[in-house]
Amino acid sequence: MASHSLKDDGVVVVIGSGAGGGTLAHELTRRGMKVVLLEAGKRESLASFSQEPGAAFAQLTWLDPRTSSGTWAVAKNSPEMPAWLAKTVGGTTTHWSGVTPRLCDWETQARSTYGQIADASLIDWPIPYSELASYVELAERRMFVTRRHGMPGLPATNNFKVMYAGATRLGYHRVHTGYLAINSQAQDGRGMCTQQGFCIQGCKTGAKWSTLYTEIPRAEATGRLDLRIQATATRIEHGVDGQVNAVLYRDAAGQEQRQKARLVCVAGNALETARLLLLSESAKYPHGLANSSDQVGRHYCHHVLGFTVGVFDKPVYMWRGTSQAGLVEDEVINDPKRGFVGGYYLQLVNFDPAALVQAALPYGWGRDQASVMDNYRNLAAVMMVGEDLPRATNRITLSTAKKDSYGLPVAHVHVDEHVNDIAMRAHGRRQMSRLFEAAGAKRVLHSEGSPAATHNLGTARMSADPRDGVTNSWGQTHDIRNLFISDGSTFSTAAAANPTLTIVALALRQAEYISRQVQAHEL
Amino acid sequence: MKSRKAAERREFLKTTGVLTGILAVGGQFALLAPTRSWALDLHAFTSEQGEALLAAARTIAPHDALEDAAYAAVVHAADADALRDAPLRTSLTEGVAALGAGFARASEPERVAALKRIEAGEFFQRYRARTLGVLYSTPLAQAFLGYEGEAFTKGGYLLRGFNDLRWLPDVPEADAGPTLKSGA
Repeated sequence: MASHSLKDDGVVVVIGSGAGGGTLAHELTRRGMKVVLLEAGKRESLASFSQEPGAAFAQLTWLDPRTSSGTWAVAKNSPEMPAWLAKTVGGTTTHWSGVTPRLCDWETQARSTYGQIADASLIDWPIPYSELASYVELAERRMFVTRRHGMPGLPATNNFKVMYAGATRLGYHRVHTGYLAINSQAQDGRGMCTQQGFCIQGCKTGAKWSTLYTEIPRAEATGRLDLRIQATATRIEHGVDGQVNAVLYRDAAGQEQRQKARLVCVAGNALETARLLLLSESAKYPHGLANSSDQVGRHYCHHVLGFTVGVFDKPVYMWRGTSQAGLVEDEVINDPKRGFVGGYYLQLVNFDPAALVQAALPYGWGRDQASVMDNYRNLAAVMMVGEDLPRATNRITLSTAKKDSYGLPVAHVHVDEHVNDIAMRAHGRRQMSRLFEAAGAKRVLHSEGSPAATHNLGTARMSADPRDGVTNSWGQTHDIRNLFISDGSTFSTAAAANPTLTIVALALRQAEYISRQVQAHEL
Repeated sequence: MKSRKAAERREFLKTTGVLTGILAVGGQFALLAPTRSWALDLHAFTSEQGEALLAAARTIAPHDALEDAAYAAVVHAADADALRDAPLRTSLTEGVAALGAGFARASEPERVAALKRIEAGEFFQRYRARTLGVLYSTPLAQAFLGYEGEAFTKGGYLLRGFNDLRWLPDVPEADAGPTLKSGA
């Protein structure tokens, strides 16, 4: 592993080591570039991942406070934790479930497909779908996604057998164990999934793809990666020419450091990426970096999520096996006759008892709730993940109420749900109820409102017209040539698919672009 | 220096109350525990307050066959919270006082009624969340519910029942994936 000088102005500084930042760091270093990778969290390993759910949550989660407001249930249920993100080397790829469906062609043309919709700020993605699709396929091969490119699917768990029976009896046709970046056979130096059911606590066999033990060690092996852990970026600086030239960060001891940079790529997840751009305001850029269009932080999307639990009279043991190996694709269509535009997936999900009662069951206590818990062996669970519509007023701003331990305002998240999101959730709940009833459930329960977001998108979006967004199709900011955004912030719209696969695809594409531009002395 | 720190720690950990109980004969843990009786020292609450908190936890998440020792874990967590956080300690102490002196020994309908009266308040909301989070993370409650927990140390559930459900049709291999045949 390399150690680059703070004064080395030839390095690329990548902020965040998750799906976008970790992949980008590998791609740039293997092309010969020197990279300083700043990660706010610590470095865990397969050996250090805790298998006690509460401890694992504390080990991987971003626990620094945020604030929130708006009509979404999150502002009431978990106001200081509006999003469940990771703060650790590998970012959310340590904690994700590996679910990797592709975006659909029509989803990337949301404005053209859905038309003008009141109170929504839809645009089309500025990338031809065929080009995006070729990078998505590259990402799938790299992540060894099941059911793609000849990879076997994962076997059916008990929980999936329930989902499958219900879904097929409802008449759904595209029902299977899903596209997952989880090894269905040993490959890539990683073992096959042994059905532990502890995907989100950190996969101790490494069967699940994470930049922590794929991209990052490979970048280190090039001798050109300087990974700095517990390094929290606080400000991106620029020169008189307006180009960025350094990143200020706090090191593990809380000391401020200043790393010079040739170019800067921000991949801190949509909340922190927008916050960092806003925190970096200056005399030249009084509204923050890359924000001449006033689009930074706006159009925040987090998907329409909801959990549904079916109570059966026979055992399911839903905790046994891969957490999310189950997918129904039939509702990912644009059929406004359903009462909303855009589509949603039904996905398998499982919960340990404490997570179940806190996240998946409706608010309650006493005999009725306890009777559901008494049936824990006999529960099955599914969730919906659907496209939410962007709104200019759903946005990340700097909190006026709360500061972090360095005295900097934390991210404030405001979301008012669009009527389209509400209609989609109602439809999804109805379908999930019917699914479990078709499988023989004696009772069905739905989670309250929307849980803390895990998919965070759109706060520095790609746009063909610089007035509509923050970056061009390569994630290069419209305002500053050597400032890039390399995470889900750049999604022009949310689409229904879980975002990680697309984030990796865009990072692969961005790395090629940066490399070409550097060779051509454009950067 | 060392002895002063130890003295401060003794002061810090001064016992203010105690909860005691007996593990059920033939219960999951009675066979393993060195003795069947258990005691939990409290450092923020009196014994009476501890008993009220334990009764409140049992009312919030009532499982008749689940031993008091599991609910005592909730009281233990609340006691530690209160020791760390003075405003929370006040909120908990006042909340317990609002339940009335006879709460711990009241009938279940009476306890439910008492909690319903304060349901909207901060004490109940926080203590409900703490009860559910702590109780269902205890080994006692998890064993009671049948949850088997982490399986890494046992090689996963691959050969331990991840697909042993037989009351619904099996999924065709085309929609799932190859499975290890038993004995393979």
